[in-house]
Amino acid sequence: MADQAEFTELAMEYMPALYTAALRMTRNPSDAEDLVQETYLKAYRAFGGFQEGTNLKAWLYRILTNTFINTYRAKKRRPEITDVEDVEDLYLYRHLGADRPAGLGRSAEEEALERVTDTEVKEAIESLPESFRIAVLLADVEGFSYKEIAEITDVPIGTVMSRIHRGRKALQKALFEFGSARGLVAAADDGR
Amino acid sequence: MENHESEHAGHGSPAGGGGTSSRFLNCDETIERLYVYLDGELTEDRRQEIQRHLDLCGPCVSAFGFEAELRRVIANRCKDHVPPDLIDRVANALRDEHSRAD
Repeated sequence: MADQAEFTELAMEYMPALYTAALRMTRNPSDAEDLVQETYLKAYRAFGGFQEGTNLKAWLYRILTNTFINTYRAKKRRPEITDVEDVEDLYLYRHLGADRPAGLGRSAEEEALERVTDTEVKEAIESLPESFRIAVLLADVEGFSYKEIAEITDVPIGTVMSRIHRGRKALQKALFEFGSARGLVAAADDGR
Repeated sequence: MENHESEHAGHGSPAGGGGTSSRFLNCDETIERLYVYLDGELTEDRRQEIQRHLDLCGPCVSAFGFEAELRRVIANRCKDHVPPDLIDRVANALRDEHSRAD
């Protein structure tokens, strides 16, 4: 059985990652701070039952995700959109003009990616419906495996895969739309 | 894929030929498995099927490269600084919780 005194030492290092996830989930710094604090308190209280050898980071994310779903979602007045539209494979790649014979060296498409800003990435993730947002966040920002995400979010692996894959494509479309709005796409077409 | 179909590998793959247990994937089948491949979630056999296709197909290699780069960009651009007072706030809350339990 784990010792609660150990908890602070072990768990505090995950705060930057948990705060980032909390911010993407709540989309609001003040709610994100409350969510992180609540997560740490709940984890502290439950730490006695934490099995050593299991993944502490995944366990903290599970508490964070459940707390978000149960507390912050309940606060919302309107039900959120729960599905994403189907977006074709390689949406961003093709819309940046890459579906043509490749040149030599680093592609214009990859250079266009370098110009994507932090704000655009964050807003694109935040634009996804909640369950897709959480799945993409856990996979692409935090690097969890399908199995870990299934455990964190308490859904079957098949559902996790579907949410990640469809969420990523919807994310690409959102990024493309934000990029188009500020001329990123036109820049990618230069020199063709 | 239609507009450069002919450049891709894997069309007209030998029916019943080759004698290996796994098939040669075409481009659509390869792109369909792109995410699972990049996520490192395929079995070794399945991973090799993709690899065999990529060894022969420049356009799919470019597409996979772009998706991998996009993944890096998303992870790198999605970091936030923890407000310094949040660290203190949480540390204090845990300390209070600890003394309450004593």
